[in-house]
Amino acid sequence: MQKTLDQFAIGEQGIVTSVGGEGKIKRRLFDMGITPGAEVLLRKRAPLGDPLEITVRSYELSLRKTEAQCVTLRVADKTTAGVSSNE
Amino acid sequence: MSEKMPRFALAGNPNCGKTTLFNSLTGSTAHVGNWPGVTVDKRDGVYKKCAEPVAIIDLPGIYSLSPYTPEEVIARNYILDEKPDCVINIVDATNLERNLYLTTQILEMDVPIVIALNMMDAVERQGDKIDAKELEKRLGVPVVKISALKEKGLDELMDKAYNESQKARHGSTVLNDTALAHLINDVRIALSGQNVGNPLFHAIKLVEGDEIEVAMHKETLPMVEEFKTTFEDEIFGDDFEALVADGRYKYISKHFAPVLTRKSKEKFATTRSDRADKVLTNRWAGIPIFLLILFAIFHLTFSEDFLFVSTFANWAGKPLPTLKELGLDVENYGVRWLATIYDGAIFSPGVIVNNIWNDMLVGELFGWIQGLVEGSGMAAWAVGLINNGIIEGLGAVLSFLPPILTLFLFFSILEDSGYMARIAFILDRMFRRFGLSGRSFLPMIMGFGCSVPAMINTRTLADEKERTATVRVIPFFSCGAKLPILTAVAGAVILHFANGKGNADLITYSMYLLGIVVAIVSVLLMRSTTLKGETPPFIMELPAYHAPQFKNLMAHLWDKTKHFVKKAFTIILASTIVIWVLTHFDFGWKFLNDEQINDSILAGLSRLVQPLFTPLGFGSQLGEYGWVFVLAAVAGLIAKENVISTFATLGACLLAAQIPALSGFDPALLEDESGIQAVIAMILATNISVPGLISFIAFNMTTIPCFAAVGTAKSELGSKKRFNWTLVFWLAASYIVGAIVYTVGSWWWTLFIWLAVAAGITCLIVFYNKGKIKLNFRKKAR
Repeated sequence: MQKTLDQFAIGEQGIVTSVGGEGKIKRRLFDMGITPGAEVLLRKRAPLGDPLEITVRSYELSLRKTEAQCVTLRVADKTTAGVSSNE
Repeated sequence: MSEKMPRFALAGNPNCGKTTLFNSLTGSTAHVGNWPGVTVDKRDGVYKKCAEPVAIIDLPGIYSLSPYTPEEVIARNYILDEKPDCVINIVDATNLERNLYLTTQILEMDVPIVIALNMMDAVERQGDKIDAKELEKRLGVPVVKISALKEKGLDELMDKAYNESQKARHGSTVLNDTALAHLINDVRIALSGQNVGNPLFHAIKLVEGDEIEVAMHKETLPMVEEFKTTFEDEIFGDDFEALVADGRYKYISKHFAPVLTRKSKEKFATTRSDRADKVLTNRWAGIPIFLLILFAIFHLTFSEDFLFVSTFANWAGKPLPTLKELGLDVENYGVRWLATIYDGAIFSPGVIVNNIWNDMLVGELFGWIQGLVEGSGMAAWAVGLINNGIIEGLGAVLSFLPPILTLFLFFSILEDSGYMARIAFILDRMFRRFGLSGRSFLPMIMGFGCSVPAMINTRTLADEKERTATVRVIPFFSCGAKLPILTAVAGAVILHFANGKGNADLITYSMYLLGIVVAIVSVLLMRSTTLKGETPPFIMELPAYHAPQFKNLMAHLWDKTKHFVKKAFTIILASTIVIWVLTHFDFGWKFLNDEQINDSILAGLSRLVQPLFTPLGFGSQLGEYGWVFVLAAVAGLIAKENVISTFATLGACLLAAQIPALSGFDPALLEDESGIQAVIAMILATNISVPGLISFIAFNMTTIPCFAAVGTAKSELGSKKRFNWTLVFWLAASYIVGAIVYTVGSWWWTLFIWLAVAAGITCLIVFYNKGKIKLNFRKKAR
């Protein structure tokens, strides 16, 4: 199943299939390692609901929902135990 | 630094330990300056343990060599144009893939490279392993394991770098397996034919469609365009930029990442940093914790009632005695030391440092110098100039040093620990409403302490317009030096007009609030008119938490101190001399004593501009002596504490001038340091109204900040035009705010006129932005 990153639930994982968006934002996403094939885990949302925090290429990255909309992923089946459900 | 000295540049991602390595290598030789044209710190220093001394240049932390942030362009241009003898690429071993992404780009340049594999200890602590020898083989450049923090492996690193710098190296790329390899090679050959340096690097950037390259190599561009028409990738279509980035990461995952063997098979393991983060950015606790930390910082820096001990004592009905009440001799040297820590209340560490610096060190030293000057038998004007002009002026500026450094220390701790990024993360949502990002919060809140470090801190903002807007509104966050103005005038208003009944703090707080409102309104206004632009993106690394390094913190503070002291002894010194001369000579260049201030050049000039302040309530309507308020405001442009000292001088002058309105005034009252009585003397002499007084403080709060802040704004804004407009903006903002306060305070119904004007302007901007109104200056408003 494919969906964009902003639609992910906390703790959900996926593999990036495509990155869209306008030049500058797309380039920045690429530079930070969000390229097709990268594995992404949605860690949390900020207290006010936006931006999001993800783990990609074993580091933590924050991005806004609008920027997350540019990233399409194939959802992985399993969800990590490392992330609790209190958020 | 000699021209012939070999130069090694340090390049790497932000948070990779670059600064620590730089400090370890250069020790105390580091030198901070600005990059020409762009205001990003350029630091260089000397490493002395190689065969010959080597200059070390610290490039800004970057993720890529794309042309989108000023830091990236600086680092890229430095390596391309200045041709360092070697690039030391620091790679954070705990984050190998993303760090090597930058490495793959630097490798494409024709420059000797050594990889410094930093933070290996952290990797090994997790039980993971990195085969550095294997990585070296695969990258084709030397790889040295180091610990910048523990200063391990540095000599080996520098020896390797020195060896490499003796050889020439040609760029190499990891893109040879991709579909673009042929195109890149063709463009490279074409560029080599045109004698372009670093042909491989330029070829790849040109293929990517990089803005800078496209403008630079127009003749070669058709080659790329032609290829593009025949090319179609199944995932990326003809998006070469995406293809290149993807190619790099694919290669890294396949060839470089395997040198790392992880102990844990879990892909997204939970670390200690993650557990800390769970609390600190928790959905419910995150914001309260943040507010608490912020409060603690300001309390520790500024509070004269540490941990509210005195407040509790008052509340319990047993107020703590002052040193005088304890029967101690407050003039005694030992007791004066005691007074820096306790006097009726226990002071916060920041205040203690401040007291020691100002009362015991700088105060003593300057007092001693002043004594010497007085006893030297110089002419009266020379004694006055040195003692009251230069030394008092320098003292006023240097007295800022402790609070600035204390605040900076706390904010450096937040930055180093990784919490700063989380503050931006927590607050981004709120700030986006105003067209800013969460990162602009910090400089603004620092403004409550002092505008100077706050403006320097805006360097963390990537977006130029966001940065300009932030620098402009920082002075509206009323700084520590403006507080005395507020308390003096508010105190006088309550004492004189309300017989002491009422709460002066309420006036003070509402002024702080007014500043914040003005800041919000002006940001909204700027972002929808002159600084229009998209909300800057917020794609930001959240670095792992770690304990701040003492050595780094001290290096930070030392840098700041040098910067500040240098400024104090140049521009600020010059300006205090000018002001002193203008207040102590009349138009015939006759020297005046302090009491004759109303005959001085500055008083004359103040009288000249006095009518301009009529709409603000402290202009022509105040009559003969009305210029005192204007003069106080002008003196505030040098340093805001000048306003209070000017109050004191003017109060004394007014009494000396024997104005009838002041006949019943007891001169002894002027001894009071807070300036309240001096303001009352000014009120009596001028008959100023309450709205006029409130307008006066509102004007002082929002107008052009002190000299130090103006100087900082100038260097931070970069462009001269932008700086000049900023001055105009500050003047206009304070004038309008003062006028609103005065007119609405005097005649409440004028509120409706202001509201109507505001509504009109809002409509105009909205329609203009929607394109419904076309004005001829459209191109200007861009």
